[in-house]
Amino acid sequence: MIRITRKMEFSAAHFYHNPNFSAEENRRVFGKCNNPHGHGHNYVLEVTVAGEPDPETGMVLDLKELKEILQREVTNRMDHRHLNYEVPELAGKIPTCENIAATIWQLLAPKITKGRLDRVRLYESPDLFADCTAESTNDAGGQT
Amino acid sequence: MKISLTRRYRFSASHRLYNPGLSDSENQRLYGKCSNPYGHGHNYVAEITLSGPVDPATGMIANLGELDPFVEREVIEAFDHKYLNEDAPEFRRLVPTTENLVREIYRRVRHFPSARLEHVRIEETSKNSFEYAGEAGEDRES
Repeated sequence: MIRITRKMEFSAAHFYHNPNFSAEENRRVFGKCNNPHGHGHNYVLEVTVAGEPDPETGMVLDLKELKEILQREVTNRMDHRHLNYEVPELAGKIPTCENIAATIWQLLAPKITKGRLDRVRLYESPDLFADCTAESTNDAGGQT
Repeated sequence: MKISLTRRYRFSASHRLYNPGLSDSENQRLYGKCSNPYGHGHNYVAEITLSGPVDPATGMIANLGELDPFVEREVIEAFDHKYLNEDAPEFRRLVPTTENLVREIYRRVRHFPSARLEHVRIEETSKNSFEYAGEAGEDRES
């Protein structure tokens, strides 16, 4: 089994706010991440696909094809967007690194039809990242 | 699908690899320049990886508002700008290799109350790293 990884970047704004919390509680739980006008990050996304190379092409999945999937499913939705307001898949969720990574996993898993989605790693900054990983060989292709 | 969160922390410390049960020449043979008598230092990076359910109310596995002060108190204050051999009690009788350091940091961080510690990874330099995920069957909560 071979793992291939493609990296891409996108920049987006967000803030953390739970409408069920009081203003004070939002401030206490989320700190400066609760600032109402939001703030932004340069997110770095690493997507890993696992599989056997196709004997005809020598590839698990053409990285160009993976790049196009990432652009279509992730960049086009999230790059230069406000994650609280402009990404329907995140509606009702607090756009933390964990939730964005999980949403990207859900978006990508059914689209990876050669090999299987093995890991989504999302860096919010060089010192903070979330990983979503397949738990078993059946845990991909939209099965989550 | 399993989800984890990783936070990287930095601290700088000095150490000397020296086993008092061995002669100076054996230490020199075993540890080379890492055994030079006055010690030397590194900019360490400690990666803490946590897992657990994502709390729907916060969207988080662990709130950095809790994790950062915990790691600051348990790890950074203990080791940053210290001479590990003398200033950290656990290394008075344990050679402060990064293998031993990563286990010590794991032991300190596994008590973090609101998420499960998956592993600790330490970069001693940009060219080497050490990772510890506990022992099989170990009770992480103890």
